[in-house]
Amino acid sequence: MTDSLLSVRDFSVVYDVDPPVEAVKNVTIDIKRGEIVGLAGESGCGKTTLAYGVQRLLKPPAVISSGSVVFHDEGGDDIDINSLDAEEMRRFRWNKVSMVFQGAMNALNPVATIGSQLEDVFLVHRPGMSKAQRRAEAAELLEIVKVGAQRLRSFPHELSGGMRQRVMIAMALALRPQLMVMDEPTTALDVLVQREILKQISQLRHDFGFSVVFITHDLPLLLEISDRIAIMREGEIVELADAEQIWTNPQHEYTRQLLRSFPRLTGERGVVVR
Amino acid sequence: MTTLEFKNVTKIYNVRGAGQLKALDDVSFTLGPGQTIGLVGQSGSGKSTIAKILTQLETPTSGEVLLDGTPVPRSGKRLRKYRQQLRMVFQDPFASLNPSHSIRHHIERPLRLDSVVPSKEVDGEVRRLLQRVRLDADAVIDRRPHELSGGQRQRVAIARALASRPALLVADEPVSMLDVSIRLGVLNLLAELQSQEGLGVLYITHDLATARHFSDEIIVLNQGRIVEHGTADDVILRPKDPYTRELRAASPDPEKHFGSLAAQTSGGAL
Amino acid sequence: MSVETPVDPTLVGTMAARAERRGVRIPWRFIGGRAAFYAFTLWAAITINFFLPRMMKGDAVSSYMARSQGQLTPDAEKALRAMFGLDTSVPLWQQYLDYWNMLFHGNLGVSISTGMAPVGEAIASALPWTLGLVGFATVISFLIGTSLGAVIGWKRGGRLDVFVPITTFLGTVPYFWVGLILIAVFSTTLGWFPAGHAYELGVEPGWNADFIGEVISHAALPMITIVIVSIGGWVLGMRNMMLTVLDEDYITVAQAKGMPNRRVLWRYAARNAVLPQIQSFALALGFIVSGTIVMEMVFSYPGIGLLLLNATSAKDYALMQGIFLVLVLAVLVANILADIAYAILDPRTRQTEA
Repeated sequence: MTDSLLSVRDFSVVYDVDPPVEAVKNVTIDIKRGEIVGLAGESGCGKTTLAYGVQRLLKPPAVISSGSVVFHDEGGDDIDINSLDAEEMRRFRWNKVSMVFQGAMNALNPVATIGSQLEDVFLVHRPGMSKAQRRAEAAELLEIVKVGAQRLRSFPHELSGGMRQRVMIAMALALRPQLMVMDEPTTALDVLVQREILKQISQLRHDFGFSVVFITHDLPLLLEISDRIAIMREGEIVELADAEQIWTNPQHEYTRQLLRSFPRLTGERGVVVR
Repeated sequence: MTTLEFKNVTKIYNVRGAGQLKALDDVSFTLGPGQTIGLVGQSGSGKSTIAKILTQLETPTSGEVLLDGTPVPRSGKRLRKYRQQLRMVFQDPFASLNPSHSIRHHIERPLRLDSVVPSKEVDGEVRRLLQRVRLDADAVIDRRPHELSGGQRQRVAIARALASRPALLVADEPVSMLDVSIRLGVLNLLAELQSQEGLGVLYITHDLATARHFSDEIIVLNQGRIVEHGTADDVILRPKDPYTRELRAASPDPEKHFGSLAAQTSGGAL
Repeated sequence: MSVETPVDPTLVGTMAARAERRGVRIPWRFIGGRAAFYAFTLWAAITINFFLPRMMKGDAVSSYMARSQGQLTPDAEKALRAMFGLDTSVPLWQQYLDYWNMLFHGNLGVSISTGMAPVGEAIASALPWTLGLVGFATVISFLIGTSLGAVIGWKRGGRLDVFVPITTFLGTVPYFWVGLILIAVFSTTLGWFPAGHAYELGVEPGWNADFIGEVISHAALPMITIVIVSIGGWVLGMRNMMLTVLDEDYITVAQAKGMPNRRVLWRYAARNAVLPQIQSFALALGFIVSGTIVMEMVFSYPGIGLLLLNATSAKDYALMQGIFLVLVLAVLVANILADIAYAILDPRTRQTEA
C-alpha cells in the first residue's frame, strides 16, 4: 500500500466559453494517507474548481481538458477516476472521497429533515441496510458530531450555522471515506464556532484516519492546522511545502505577498515580512 | 471638534412569540477626532445594532447618542447635518453602489446635496476625491460599478463617504468581502485618510487581527455588552475578560503556533 | 490556554427548534391566523353580495313585473319582494339580518329563470358537472404539466425543450376553437366521442355502469380541450422554477453524495420547485367553479358557466347572487387548502410567527 492516497497529474480544467478560460493549469499534487493538505488562494484562483474537478463534479461549461486523477484505495486497487463510467462514478462518490460544503442555508435540502438527508446516503449506497439500521446509523452520526440524535427530525432552517456545518461533516463521514475535501467549511462562522469545528475535525481524523483537503483563503488558519499547504494562483500551484516551511521560508513571491496580507495577532504589531 | 458619545445605550427588540431580545445592554463609549476605535464582536454581539443606531435606522430603547454633547436629532435639517458629519462605509461593495449610475454620479450626489463646494467646482472635487482614494479618476469616473473590482468599488464607497467632509467615519466590516491580498491596502488607505483628515473612525469587525493592526483602542462586545475596552495592545496581548481570552485563543495565530512548536519536541498540527 | 466553553455556541439551536415532537407538526398558530383572515373575507364578500343587487338600477321584481306585462297584482308584487328579500318596507339593516338568516338556513332565494325553483337547487344541479369536469381537467393538467416541466427543466437544453413553445402556443389558441376542432375530428368524423351534453338524454342518472360510462365519454372531449389549452402554463412555470432550483447548492451536494439522477430530480429539485406552483394551482382551483362558459357553450355542458350566462340574460338576480356566493366560497376554500398544503409541504412557512 503506497503512501499516496490521491495522485493528481497534469490536471487541467477549462471553461468552454468565448474566450475560453483556463481555470486550472497542469496541477500535479499527491495527497498522502492521513495528512491534511491546505489549499490556499484568493477567489478565482481555481482551488474550488480543482477540488470539484478531481471528483468529476464540474458542471458545463467547465471541462476537464487534460490530466489524470488516480485514487489508491486502501484495499490495494488503483482507481483511475476519469475512466469510471457514470454508474461507477456514482458508486465511488461519497464512498471513497466525500465533500464537506460550506454549510450555509442552501447546502441542505430545505424541505427534507436532517435525518432523511443522512439516511439518503445509506439508502443509495448500502442497499442491504434496513430502515431501522439506517435510522440508527444516522442517529449515531449526529451523536459523533455532537449535534445530538434528537435533531433527526429537524429541518435545516431550525439549526444554527455551526450545527448545519456539523451536519455537513456528519454527512461526509457517513460511509467512512478515506479522503474528505472541505470547501471553506468555516468561512461563514464565528471564530469561536470555527475553532470548535476544527477541533471536531481533528478528533474525527484521530478516530477514523481519513485525509483532508482543506480549501480556504484564510492562510493563518491553514498554517495552524495543515501538514502541507499548496498556494494556488490563477489556476496553478505556485508553492507546495510543509506548513512550517511556508511560514518560515516561503519561496514564491506570491506566497510572501499572501503572508503579508495578514497582520499579526500577537507579537509585534504589523504584518509578517519575509 | 466633533465627538460622538454613546451613553448607556440599551436596545431591546420585541420578538413576536419569543419574548424580548436585548441587542445592546448599557453600551457606552466615546469616539473623538483622530482616533480609531475597533469594535470587535461575533454575530449576535450587537455590533450591527450599533451601526443601525448610528445611521438612525434604529433608536435606542434607553440611553442617548450625543454628537458634541447634544442628542442626535431625529428629523429635519438637524438630522441632515448629523448625517453629514457621520458617514458610513458598508461591508458589501456590490450592494452599496447603485448599478445603474456612474461613479461620477455616486460621488457628485453628496457634494451637491450638502453643497460642499460651489456648482462649478463639483467636477474638480469629484476627481480630487477619487485621487485621494488612489483611483485613476479618468479611468473610473464614467464607469458603472460592475465594471470595477471589489477593491475599487470599496474605494469609491470611501470617496463617497468623504465627500461631505465628515468628522466621523463608521466602517462596518469594510474589507471582509474583499480578496485577501487587497484588504490591507484598503485598511491602510483608511488609516492614511484618517490621520490626514483628522477623522474619528469606528472600525466594526469580527476579526481581531485587523482590529489590532488598525485601531488605537479596542472595544469587545459580547451579547450586547461591552466586556473589554482598552488600548489595542492591552486588549489583545493582556486581555482581562474571559470572553476576550477565548476570542484570542480561538483566532488563528501562526506566530504563536510555530513559536510554541519550536519550543516542543514533537509537532502535530491539529 | 483552554478553549472549552461552558456552552458550545454551535450546539445552541435557533428559537424555532422543536425537534422532539413526532409526526407532522401542525402549525396551529399559522392556520389560526389564516382562518381569521378568511373568515373576515367571507363576511366582507357576503356583505358586498347583499348590497350588489340593491345598488343596481331597477330591481329584480320590477323587471319581472315588466316582463309579466301587468299580470301580477300589487299583492303578488309585494309577496315577490318579500321572497326576494327586496321588501322596501323593511329597514335595510333588517333586510341584512334577514339575508344572513336565509343564508344560515341554506336558503338562497328563488330563481325566476328556472321556473321559481330554489336557487340552491338550480346551483346544486349544475355544480357537480362543473366541479367534475373542470376540476378533473385542472388537476390532470397540473400533474402532467408540472411533471413535464420538471423533466424539461432537468434536461436543460435537451430535445424535450421543444415542448415548451408547443404547449404555450396551444395555450394561446382559444378554447372554443380547439373544442370545435376536436369535435370535428373525434366526434363528427371518427365518431369516437359524443359532441355535447353530459350524458345522453334518456339514460337514467344514477350510480350505474351505463350512466357512468356515458358521463365519461361525454366528458372526454371537453376535458381534453381544457388540458391541451391550460397545460402550457404549468409546464413553463415549473420549468423555470426548476432552473432556479437546480442552481442551488443542495443539488450539487446531492449529486456529490452519489444520489441517482432520478432521486435528485424528484426528491430534491422538483420537490422544492413545485412549491410556488401550489399557489398557482390553488388559484386555478378557485376559478374552477366559474366554469368555463365557452367550454360549456361549445359542448352544451350543463355546468355553472352556462347557468350564470342564462341567469344574466334573464336578469335573474337571485340566481346570480347565489352563484357569486358559491364562487366566493369556492375561491376561499381553495385558498385555504392551498395555504394548508403549502404549510405542510414547506416547513419554513411554519415559522411565520417569528
